[in-house]
Amino acid sequence: MDKLVAQYSRPHQNEMYSEQEQQDLTASVPPLSLKFSLPPVDNHSAFLRAMTDDHSNPSCPIKLAHGTTTLAFRFQGGIIVCTDSRATAGNWIASQTVKKVIPVSRLSRGEDKKTDKPTPGLLGTMAGGAADCQYWLRYLSQQCTLHEIRHKRRITVAAASKILANLTYAYKGYGLSMGTMLAGMTPQEGPALYYIDSDGTRLPGNLFCVGSGQTFAYGVLDAEYKYDLTEEEALNLGRRAILAAMHRDAYSGGFINLYHVKEEGWVHHGFDDMNPIFWKTKLEKGEFSNVTSAL
Amino acid sequence: MAFSEDSGCGYQNFNFFLAEKKSAKAVADSACSWPGAPGVKLTARRSSLDHYFPSEVLLGIAGKDFVILAASKAAMRGPTVLKAEDDKTRQLNKNTVMAFSGESGDTVQFAEYIQANAALYSMRNDTELSPAAVANFVRGELARSLRSRSPYTVNLLLGGIDPVSEKPHLYWIDYLASLAPLPYAAHGYAQYYCLSILDKHHNPNISLEEGLKLLGLCTDELKRRLPIDYKGVLVKVITKDGVQEIPFDNDKIVRSA
Repeated sequence: MDKLVAQYSRPHQNEMYSEQEQQDLTASVPPLSLKFSLPPVDNHSAFLRAMTDDHSNPSCPIKLAHGTTTLAFRFQGGIIVCTDSRATAGNWIASQTVKKVIPVSRLSRGEDKKTDKPTPGLLGTMAGGAADCQYWLRYLSQQCTLHEIRHKRRITVAAASKILANLTYAYKGYGLSMGTMLAGMTPQEGPALYYIDSDGTRLPGNLFCVGSGQTFAYGVLDAEYKYDLTEEEALNLGRRAILAAMHRDAYSGGFINLYHVKEEGWVHHGFDDMNPIFWKTKLEKGEFSNVTSAL
Repeated sequence: MAFSEDSGCGYQNFNFFLAEKKSAKAVADSACSWPGAPGVKLTARRSSLDHYFPSEVLLGIAGKDFVILAASKAAMRGPTVLKAEDDKTRQLNKNTVMAFSGESGDTVQFAEYIQANAALYSMRNDTELSPAAVANFVRGELARSLRSRSPYTVNLLLGGIDPVSEKPHLYWIDYLASLAPLPYAAHGYAQYYCLSILDKHHNPNISLEEGLKLLGLCTDELKRRLPIDYKGVLVKVITKDGVQEIPFDNDKIVRSA
């Protein structure tokens, strides 16, 4: 049989891959579920829940890093991505300096030199389990890089988000915990924003808030959001919405991490301590009137 | 007459009946209901909370010379809306209104018990209670009820104008008998969506017109994001001239982003 195939198939001649070859390349990625060892029990997800779920079992042995507020919205000038920086494990604040915006795709990974110029590539946000988000967004980054090398062009946000959604769907029921947004601008799509979570949900949209503080951020954002926001208005609204959530949600806080995705790539607009920003907002604008500043 | 019409019965008899009944119950309870008492299970005491359905909306906004109370109009039980024009407020006296949510049955019982006792006090002492006085009375009753065999599972917003100083007062009270004076307040899921809006847009010197606009911002957001239709809100405004139900546009169509 192999002989027959070899006889009738031609060796590589042109640089571009045919549909079939592309299929073969994609299929050559090893099946995911074989990469991890699972606990030797009948029901892994029930076992994981018993070990980690501190709602039903406050004395569970493993406390996952949870709790977050992240937001992203599309507007006339691109996409704003903003997050807090707190990681909690149960009632314990594990860190106040988490980078919850993760650059995805080869050209914009951490090892590249820092510049003031926009960096091409996608941005991902992490909410839910910190380890799951970091690991799988890095995996996505790897897949995006491979896509870039194979196809000689950057991956679309739609395709990247589909890789992640297919992945989370394949692992559905295994206890993954992630709520992530992918933001990017490509020539094919323009500004694109997708929400992907560990249930396997994948939604394109204009505006998403994810995490335990989502409702507070939605409140501020929805009240003043419109597509025609100027760049400055959009940056301020994103920052203010995260501040609202950091103020009201016990599981959000720390620093405000702000990004703007433009046509040329993403630009970082600071990683700023919420405290001076909160008091400045209160004292100069008269907001947060339920907080007493006098002794 | 300070009572809303559906109080129905002659309020004096009504009041004494309730006051008597409650105190008799309290005496009976005090013998064996403290949490550490032998044979009393802690879990049983909390069982009424399992039925509590927090998708009722209560909102309160205090401004320069007024308090707005808004309560959702849907009376829900399980998956059913039993009534779409429910009034979850009771007027306690000329210048104080209480809005309530929580366990069905408990809510109206408790509100009317408070209503009757506030009236009784005013008649006996020939004086009008201030909102602060009523709020602390309500808190005391809830605290007493909490340690009894069957606590009231009721969350409240109490708004009023002090008849002497003519200053607006808004109190947030929950079923665990916490009492907090606040410039703006909410109960249930409305807290999660509206407090951040009010944090941003409220200040204590707003006019009534601005206050209603602010309320509109809140109800718009609830319409946009709450998965359950709460059938609009009933809006009561308390000023120094008394209490007024304000017509509120609940049919506005809100577009989502």
